[in-house]
Amino acid sequence: MSRPEHIAPPELFYGDTEAEKYTRNSRIAAIQAEMTMRAVELLNITDTSPQYLLDIGCGSGLSGEILDEDMHIWAGVDIAPAMLDIAVEKDVEGDLFLQDIGQGLGFRPGTFDGAISVSVLQWLCNADKTENKPRYRLQRFFSTLFMALQRGARAVFQFYPENDGQVELIMGTAMKCGFTGGLVVDYPNSKKARKFYLCLFAGQAPGGPKQELPQGLDAETPTGVSYTQARIQNQRNGKKSRKPVKNSAEWILRKKELARKRGKEDVPLDSRYTGRKRKPRF
Amino acid sequence: MRLITHNMLKCHVKNCDNPDKQFPLRFKGAELEQVEAERNDEFLVRMIPRLDWRALLVTTKELGIELPENIPEEPENDDAFLQALHTAILETHVKEGSMVCNGCSHEYKITKGIPNMLLAEHEI
Repeated sequence: MSRPEHIAPPELFYGDTEAEKYTRNSRIAAIQAEMTMRAVELLNITDTSPQYLLDIGCGSGLSGEILDEDMHIWAGVDIAPAMLDIAVEKDVEGDLFLQDIGQGLGFRPGTFDGAISVSVLQWLCNADKTENKPRYRLQRFFSTLFMALQRGARAVFQFYPENDGQVELIMGTAMKCGFTGGLVVDYPNSKKARKFYLCLFAGQAPGGPKQELPQGLDAETPTGVSYTQARIQNQRNGKKSRKPVKNSAEWILRKKELARKRGKEDVPLDSRYTGRKRKPRF
Repeated sequence: MRLITHNMLKCHVKNCDNPDKQFPLRFKGAELEQVEAERNDEFLVRMIPRLDWRALLVTTKELGIELPENIPEEPENDDAFLQALHTAILETHVKEGSMVCNGCSHEYKITKGIPNMLLAEHEI
């Protein structure tokens, strides 16, 4: 199967039909959701208050929905209008921009607490138009991103590198632009499950702890995203956690109330069945 | 697009780098929509130093949004201030119109709430 980025530039590849197919496909949606949660985990946010994040290549909002669930305030950029249209339909909370990241980002210094990107970076490595120079575009992107992040903030990119040369090009350019960090590989020994996360640090927060590259997951680590499980544990232990755990009954009631306040029409009434524990077969 | 993110935008056209002109981007023909959002005081207080208050005042005046001139000494205890801030930056969405750069006159159009930040070949 040929790689998507060899078929067409992203704004053409993700036209109306493909954008619809991509978003509706439950397998893709599930994988994207899991990778988003892992990317957020790798951001290593210790603050319990909502963070101001950037979703690079937010597409149809599959990753943005996860950020919404975690109550973060976010902005998303994407080059494919068809994908952004779907994100608008899904009513994601983030601020969306039609933007080519290879042209550089236009945010003031220190804007964001962090950045994530799911399945995007490999698209930046191709010369789709004759005037495109991948190395220059990568540099424009990374240098403007570096400035747009708070000191000590992280940018985590899940991507599909084509070969080692591509990884070197990307990492080399990022380092030239001031980033430190490296590649985190989950399940390195499984060709199917293997995932690459480029974990970049934008400098050090003044007086903050030294940045450490997180460990990749491997066959021995328990499955599931550990920070979400940790939050459920904290809830059980009665530790103070301001955010209700995602998908709990309390969280569901909160989201429905918000939808009603906004004037959404067919929000179901609350009953004793709302958020009821279902039998395991669900 | 909410006003919080608009406050963070600067023009990224090549050679447009006068900090006094690059931002805030001036609205033209802006159509607004108010959408309720959950208020989080911790987030608001943390963002206050990050916002460019002078620019926010310029923008809110342009759009006819209420916002106090001065930031109170202890914003975390000033409910009225936090509510006004929350409404202005997190509940005010610009749905249509455009943003113009005072430095290079580039116009970023906004449709369905999405600003078009794509630059022409000579602007990169």
